[in-house]
Parts: sequence; structure tokens; C-alpha cells
Amino acid sequence: MAYYRSTILVSMDPICIEKGALEIKEQIIEELKLQRILDEVEILDIPRIGDPETEGPDILVYPEGSHYIALTPESVRPLVVEHFIKGRELQQYSARMRDLMDEEVREPKDKEVRVILENIGKIDPRNIEDYIAVDGYAALAKVLTEMTPDDVIQTVIDSKLRGRGGAGFPAGLKWKFANQAPGSPKYMVCNADEGDPGAFMNRKVLEGDPHSVIEGMAIGAYAVGSNQGYVYCRAEYPIAVSTLNIAIKQAKEYGLLGKNIMGTDFSFDLEVRMGAGAFVCGEETALIASIEGNRGEPRVRPPFPATKGLWGKPTNINNVETYANVPRIIHRGLDWYTSLGSEKSKGTKTFALAGDVAHTGLIEVPFGMTLREIIYDIGGGIKDGKAFKAVQTGGPMGGCLPTSNLDLAVDYETLGAAGSIMGSGGMVVMDENTCMVDIARFFMEFTQEESCGKCVPCRVGTRRILEILERICAGEGMPEDIPMLRSLCDEIKQDSLCGLGQGAPNPVVSTLNHFLDEYEAHIYEKRCPAKVCRNLISYHISEENCTGCTVCARNCPVNAITGERKQLHVIDQDACIRCGICFQVCNFDAVEVN
Amino acid sequence: MPTINSIEDLKKLREEAQKIKEMRDQTGKTQIVVGMGTIGIAAGARETLKSILTFIEENNLPDVILRQTGNLGLSGMDPVVKVTLPDKEEVVYCNVNTDIARKIMQEHVVDGNVLDEHKVKE
Repeated sequence: MAYYRSTILVSMDPICIEKGALEIKEQIIEELKLQRILDEVEILDIPRIGDPETEGPDILVYPEGSHYIALTPESVRPLVVEHFIKGRELQQYSARMRDLMDEEVREPKDKEVRVILENIGKIDPRNIEDYIAVDGYAALAKVLTEMTPDDVIQTVIDSKLRGRGGAGFPAGLKWKFANQAPGSPKYMVCNADEGDPGAFMNRKVLEGDPHSVIEGMAIGAYAVGSNQGYVYCRAEYPIAVSTLNIAIKQAKEYGLLGKNIMGTDFSFDLEVRMGAGAFVCGEETALIASIEGNRGEPRVRPPFPATKGLWGKPTNINNVETYANVPRIIHRGLDWYTSLGSEKSKGTKTFALAGDVAHTGLIEVPFGMTLREIIYDIGGGIKDGKAFKAVQTGGPMGGCLPTSNLDLAVDYETLGAAGSIMGSGGMVVMDENTCMVDIARFFMEFTQEESCGKCVPCRVGTRRILEILERICAGEGMPEDIPMLRSLCDEIKQDSLCGLGQGAPNPVVSTLNHFLDEYEAHIYEKRCPAKVCRNLISYHISEENCTGCTVCARNCPVNAITGERKQLHVIDQDACIRCGICFQVCNFDAVEVN
Repeated sequence: MPTINSIEDLKKLREEAQKIKEMRDQTGKTQIVVGMGTIGIAAGARETLKSILTFIEENNLPDVILRQTGNLGLSGMDPVVKVTLPDKEEVVYCNVNTDIARKIMQEHVVDGNVLDEHKVKE
């Protein structure tokens, strides 16, 4: 193979060509010939580099990695002379190389195993060739040429891949049901309606590695016998939607989606459907209703979507992460996949680590890792050296687990048994300064707002729970509130139709189980142990530490602090709104919270 | 835009795409930089660069990146060549004619021995 000292990549995006990319390329060749260095420089076409609208025609020059944009015929000569003869970057046309890494996904820690996140930040999601370079679409090729649909289903069943959306239903079985269901056409649906507060695993996959989801869906479609798929993504994820649309367009251009994929008689097409961001639309029957253009409300199951789904036809619906697992299982084999994870839950799981942990962001670990390892070894422990109090897994429908559960090996069964759920992978860590009643109130506020209103227990019950929790936080809790909460929780759980209602009481039940003392302190002693609930705390200035510097008095928004310079200051408790500003601004630790 | 009609098409495309991707990944590679300012070129840096290129091609060294830069500010010492092996200190050679360039390539880049006699004196 000939060795070149430099390689020029010319963007051959249709818009760039329209703007004269072909002419620019010809000119570059002419100019290199003129300078007698054509034999030292390789010139290649690639589908796209930057944004063709604003940056085309553009080229990349390696090994320097210089990105030259908006090239004109006049720019070619100075560019060749400056860059290739004199070895200087031509500032006039150079753009900063697009930074592929981002802060949401850090470098993996030692204990992490990256499967779903492995390509994120390493490939350009807007360039299908980058995905193909990392063996992308090899699994689809293998499936289409070497495997029958039944083989594919059996492989996925044997891999023990479970739905990553939260419920953990075996994906292979779901495919089998859809495959066996009578009726035609059949549909593939991808649930990208990620709504848990603070969770963004699916968004990151769609933004960073969209083709892995497309490939997984195409493989699933082949197994199920479907020719049409939909990705249901929320409109709050505009970048995910646009990246996905670019990816779909490129896959179609390369013949990896559409009719007769890779020369076989299998055809599969894919479309993105946007949702308005209602949390309940992550529930599969509500999601289907929303795609159909109806109001996003869940319905009774059975019939399950596998037999009667989108437009009454057999429909297979999986989460983004579930689909993204499939190409890897097929390509790297069952032995590799089943070597990861615990006995009943195979593979890896992504989590969005959030809250009071030192390193927040996306992580990926094999099932079976303990919460302690995740929080301390990967998350770097609790921020500012504080003590751990609880971790909430699975989003607003999950439960809060206390210190005694830290050595729990994370998988679907153990989390369920401990009163929480796996969910789609939210993980909120809370330190000693968190009020658990307030946290329960926060999550109940979320679910109460997101309840679609179809079932009375969920619609009215969550409202009642929220009112009680607000009352307790306000210092007006009554002894009968605790049994009332418990019975409401039981009823909502039993009588609601979908996962939202059934899961809504989880944060309350789990905090009642593990942190009952905090509820009792609020109700009986009118005291918030974590000093969070405003109505239950008061600020005082200590005689010992106050220097009379007047900083607190000057910063108090309601002028509740009085005192002469160099004299002890006093807070008027009736005027104080407990905003905590004096506490924050005091340089002498003189303001105390009780 | 090539349409993929068979596994062979996909394989071909993958190889091309891998090549492009590899180029972007510069970690773990030997970097050789030739000073190509006006003086450098006048002193024969072009020929030096050519001989390094030929050496790489003849010996099929895949993990070497050859770059050029402007004047390195070492007047009277051109042509100047900088060699950085992975995880090693940068070594700067001066007055590198084509023969010395080939020697540097063989003894330093291939065998890993720094040629002290041609190094820039501190």
C-alpha cells in the first residue's frame, strides 16, 4: 500500500456538490500537480464532514486534522501552498475541529463495561461510514444471509436479553409472540419516550450512535416479519430527532433500509414520530395511541401489542437500549454476551447517575454490580465528603433505598424485591442533607402532574397523596396521615391500569418503610431532621460568632435582620421567609439552622 | 453514494471507512515532523521529506505519521526533523540530509535508538 504523508477528505454531501465541491477537488489536484506533491497526498471522498449548509464545501486534512470550510476556487492555491508546502494552517478557512467527546459521557471508569455506550464520542453519529467502520450493519448482514427469523428469535431468547425500558420482559419472547401473531402488516416500534427526570441514556444513544438502534430494529423486523417501523421520540429531544433522521436518510441511501436490503428480499422502512412529551406516553399502549394520532392514554392489556398493537395489527415494541443490544449480541455471539451480567439479568445497563454524587453522568455497568460499587467506585462517592443517605433507582416510579441496601447486586429481581425498580436507568443519589419526605413530595408532584387522568385511583389518589405530603412538609401533618398514606398507596397500586399509577406510590412506600422516623419527626415534633422543609426550620444568629459585619442584614431580601455595626444581629422570626441567604453569605458561620 | 447490495459491498465499504477512521486516531503512533519553512526548503527539507516518505513506504511502517511544520527557529541547523515515539520524549535532529534521514528512520524509528551525534545540542 502506498504511503502518503497527507490525506485530504473531501465532503461529497449533495449540498456541497451543489456548492462546487467537485470543482474544488479538481482544483486541489491541479494545484498539487503544479507543486509536484501530488504523489505525496491522497485524496478521498467522504459523505459529509461539517454542516453543508453553512460550512460546505469543506475538506479535512490529515494527519493534522485541519478542517477547512466554505472553500472557494480562489482559496485553493493559498491553501495548498500554505498547508502542504509551508506546513502552516490557513487560518482564514480553518474551522475548529468538531469536538466529538462531550461532558455527559466521561471516560469509562475501571469497573465499567461499555457496550451500549462504546461508540459514543468515538464515532461521528452523522456519518454512517463511521458506524460501518466499527463493524456496523455486520450483524444485519449476518442475519439476512445466514439466519432464519426463528434462529434470530432463538438467539435473542438464549441471550436472556430483557427489556431495558423498565419492566424487564424477555425481548426474545416478545419477538416470538409478535412473530406468531396472525395478521399483517406487522409493525416495529421503538420507545424513545424517555421521561424520567434526570435520565438521558436513550437520548445519548440516539444522538451518539443512532445506527445501532436502526440496525437492532431492522434485525427485529426480520425476526418478527415486519416491513415498517416507527421510532417514537419526544419533541424535547430535537437533536436526537434530527440525528436519527440523518441516520435513517443515510441508511436508505446506502440500501440498508428500504426495499431489498443488501440484495435480499427483506424490506424494512423506518420513520420517526414525535411525541409532545407526556410522561404516560412511555407506556406502550399509550405510546401506540399517540402514534395513531389519538390521545395518549393507556388501555387494558390483554390484548398485548404483540397481537393487537398499532392500528390493531401485531406490533413489537422495545426500548432504545434493548434494540441497541441486539446487533452486538448477533455480531459478537451468545457466549460473549451471556458472560456479562448476573444469573438472571444478562448484559450491561446504562444509568444516568445524578444527585449528590461526585461524578454525575452516564455510566454503563454489567448487571450484578452492587450499588456501593456504582456509587463509590464509579460515581466517586458522595459530593463534598458528606454521608450517603439514600439512592433512588428507576425514575419517579422507583423507590428510595437506604444504606442497608448498598450491597444489593443491581438487577431486575433484587431491585424489585427491595421495593424499587430497575426502570430505564435513572439513579439519583442523596446525601445526608436530603429530606426524604420532601423527596417523596417531589416525585409525587411529578407523577400527579403526569397522570393521564383515565383511572380514578391514579388521578385522584396521587393528588390526595401530594396534598398530605405537602401538609406534612408544611408542619401541619397529623398522626393519621401515615396510615392514610399507606392505604392510599395500596389502593392506587392495585387499582391503576398502567405502570404509571401502579408505580406512583413507590417513592412514598419506600420512604415510609426506610425513613419512617423522618415522617414522625415532621408530624409529631414539627421538625425537619435534614433542615430542608422551610416551615419547620428557623434561622438564628449565634452570639458567639457574630462580628456585626452587617453582611446578612444587607443581603436579607425582606429586611428581617437588624443590628448595629459591630453589634450582635438579630433575625425577626415573624418577618423571616427562611430563604437561607443569610446562612449562605455569613463569613463567620454565625447563622445557625434549627 | 454507493448502494450496498451484498455483504461484499458492505465489507468493502467497511475497509475504506476503517482506513479513514484510523487516520483520525493519532494516539500510539510515531510522529515525525519536518521543518519546512523557507530556509528549511532551501536547505533541502523537501528531499529529506521525500526520503523519509520513501523509507516508510519501502519498510511498510503503518503507525508512523509524517507531518510538516513551518520554521522551527533553529537557524543554521536546517533541515530539522523532530521524532516522537509513542510515550517517549521528543527528539530534535538537525542538518538532516537524505542519508541521515534514512539512518534516523532505521535506527531511531525502527530500532528505537536515539542518534546522539545528530541531535540538536542543548
